[in-house]
Amino acid sequence: MEENVVLTARGITMTFPGVRALENVDFTLRQGEIHALMGENGAGKSTLIKCLTGINDFEAGEIHIAGIDGPVKNHSTREAQNVGISTVYQEVNLCPNLSVAENLFIGREPMTKLHTIDRKSYNSRSQKIMDELGISVDVTQNLENYSLAIQQMVAIARAVDMECKVLILDEPTSSLDDEEVEKLFVLMRRLRSQGVGIIFVTHFLEQVYAVCDRITVLRDGHFVGEYPIADLPRVKLVAAMMGKDLNDLEEIQKESKDATNEPLEISARGLSHTGTVKPFDFDIHKGEVVGVAGLLGSGRSELARAIYGADKANTGTLEVDGKEVRINQPIDAMNLGMGMLPDDRKAEGIIADLSIRENIILALQARKGMFRLLSRAKQEQIADEMIKMLQVKTPGRETLIRQLSGGNQQKVILGRWLATNPDFLILDEPTRGIDVGTKAEIQKLILKLAAEGKSILFISSEISEMLRTCSRMAIMRDGQKVGELDHDLSQESVMKAIAGGEQES
Amino acid sequence: MKTKKSGINSNTILLLITIGLFIVLYAGGCIAYGYKGFTHLQTFLNILITNAGLICVSCGLTLVMLTAGIDISVGALVAMDCMMLAVGMRSGIGALPMILIVLAVGIGFGCLQGFLIGYLQIQPFIVSMAGMFFCRGMTAVISTEQVSITQDINKAFYTLANLKIVIPFGGYANKKGMIMQPYIRITVVIALLVLVAVFLMLRYTRFGRSLYAVGGNATSAAMMGLNVKAIKMKVHVLCSVLASIGGICYCLNTMAGSVSQALGLEMDAISSAVIGGTLLTGGVGNVFGTFFGVLINGTISSIVKTNGKLASSWPNILTAILLFVFIVIQSIFAAVRKRGK
Repeated sequence: MEENVVLTARGITMTFPGVRALENVDFTLRQGEIHALMGENGAGKSTLIKCLTGINDFEAGEIHIAGIDGPVKNHSTREAQNVGISTVYQEVNLCPNLSVAENLFIGREPMTKLHTIDRKSYNSRSQKIMDELGISVDVTQNLENYSLAIQQMVAIARAVDMECKVLILDEPTSSLDDEEVEKLFVLMRRLRSQGVGIIFVTHFLEQVYAVCDRITVLRDGHFVGEYPIADLPRVKLVAAMMGKDLNDLEEIQKESKDATNEPLEISARGLSHTGTVKPFDFDIHKGEVVGVAGLLGSGRSELARAIYGADKANTGTLEVDGKEVRINQPIDAMNLGMGMLPDDRKAEGIIADLSIRENIILALQARKGMFRLLSRAKQEQIADEMIKMLQVKTPGRETLIRQLSGGNQQKVILGRWLATNPDFLILDEPTRGIDVGTKAEIQKLILKLAAEGKSILFISSEISEMLRTCSRMAIMRDGQKVGELDHDLSQESVMKAIAGGEQES
Repeated sequence: MKTKKSGINSNTILLLITIGLFIVLYAGGCIAYGYKGFTHLQTFLNILITNAGLICVSCGLTLVMLTAGIDISVGALVAMDCMMLAVGMRSGIGALPMILIVLAVGIGFGCLQGFLIGYLQIQPFIVSMAGMFFCRGMTAVISTEQVSITQDINKAFYTLANLKIVIPFGGYANKKGMIMQPYIRITVVIALLVLVAVFLMLRYTRFGRSLYAVGGNATSAAMMGLNVKAIKMKVHVLCSVLASIGGICYCLNTMAGSVSQALGLEMDAISSAVIGGTLLTGGVGNVFGTFFGVLINGTISSIVKTNGKLASSWPNILTAILLFVFIVIQSIFAAVRKRGK
């Protein structure tokens, strides 16, 4: 083993039913470096990480860890922790019903002489840890009382406090806003200087270039290469991940067209939902793509939820196609030709134990009512159509959706709504946590749907992505719609609008 | 950075509602039936004596429910324990060996159920349903007739069962002018010890806290390095052991073994836990609440019994209404919490 290497994996191979997830993959992590693990969805990033942390049982290959003789094979997360590998996953994996302090210390609580848990000590130690990280929480409160972003920070704090040699961050930033991401980077750099090796998995290219020293690229379960960050500019990285020289993202630059002459599809006046979004007006024309920009938690999703009836509006009126309607629950909205792709696909979107086909026909079946079953042949036809159109990577339509990678799950849910042929589609963070290639595909699809006359409300944390697809943007701040931008759309103008310089400077 | 805080924990509110309900019910009983002696301390102690076994069983079930599991075999296990004690002692085995045998059977039974649920990941409902049929069946195999434990069969056990632990206050004079001192039985002492032990375990031990973690999110618990399989197995062993202790208490109260004994006891235990604020979905609950759940059920039975005219099925209906109300309150709290996010 090299001098300053903390972890090496050689020839890791692993198979899932029907899919070879990893084949002969190598990975090397050095002391005090931040190492990006990059690849498209289904490239095997998560699988490799699960092999390192003992969740997956790989078939061939060896893992070596500095200071331990012979190959290491972890059989559980606990074993991985014992050899110094801590992980923070994409989805927050903590217990919402326990306090913040308990989440930090569960399984390794400080004990009193009587072998009971020393509550005082772990509460004060937890508070100290969180204060040091600059996270303002009351550690005795239950975790469920805090936002997703805070929960993610707690998960990281937990991993950091385990005195790990190897810290794996699997998409830790997907639910954090810019300020929180910056805080995380500060923390990562501090750990790097302490000699911790960090494996960083993310889909945000700019974050990779902001914080990483080295990149390992995987594609379709194969090892593509390991590069120092300076040797791999963005275009080359994307090319390596996709396996070809594609500039898909450039291709769709500004294809959105002005649709303000078309008739109105949706027109909301003074719509609000107590506690989440203040009264707002909102119009969208047929064939128009409108973006909603704002910081995380500014009421972006809540605006959409109020229109869709996911949170029943307390005030205001809503017109669909020029007719005033009342929406009490999502099924009413669906019957009016709306569809909504929620942002939390784990909790609100997929039904993990159903097949792809069943997940796709779900919304259509719900709209038809449970007594008018779609025939099996019809279901299969719709499922196949969607799988083909969205290029879902799967062995077949009867595969359980939980066996798919995150991006492919997202495509299936998108397919669910496309199957209902909606006139108005709300897409809340449809590209979160998925790779650039699929992102480009989804952006193209949005434009294609708009060209067919469908209206699309597009919510995303990536302004650049909305700039490409939207002709107009609503700006949200603190639960309020503060304005709209329809010309002079640029990263800078949108940022300014979100920051709201005029009142507070 | 955004932080959100809730004022008072909704689980605390649920517990307060449960305690408040018990006080209201009991006060109601005192006002309505004070002339029949409901106000005497002994009435309350009788509730404890009658339900000592149920307290032990409910504590065990609360632990299982905290991990989002269920065990419906406990009632049948209690019946089997009683039958084993009665028949065992009739055939001349001493009280202490029989008690140890009953506990050992509880451990073995719990290990088997726990292994199936924890390691083979079979639905706890199915496993414990099989366990229920097995125990109820074995009870009948041991003896189909009712076996009473009399003084002749085992003097020690008989003495223990009839031991009055007198409380030195709260006495009253009966019609003949004799001072009646209130008393409890040994079973109450056992039940309260179990209650306190389980309460302390839940609050102050690693295992206790890990139960909440497993119930809150089993996947997360596993990812945080907890051995979820072992925890699930252990909690089922503990549940069966506590049910066996409950069975011993039950036997001390009834002094008999019979196939139809403790029918539906598992449902009483579940309803007590739910009324006490334990969620069937796991992760939320406390044996303190369960204790008050048992007391509420006991008070209802006691009121109906004291009235003397109401049909004996009334406690069931009242329990049903209470369960309904509590489940509705819980889901309202859950909905409020969700919206608060």
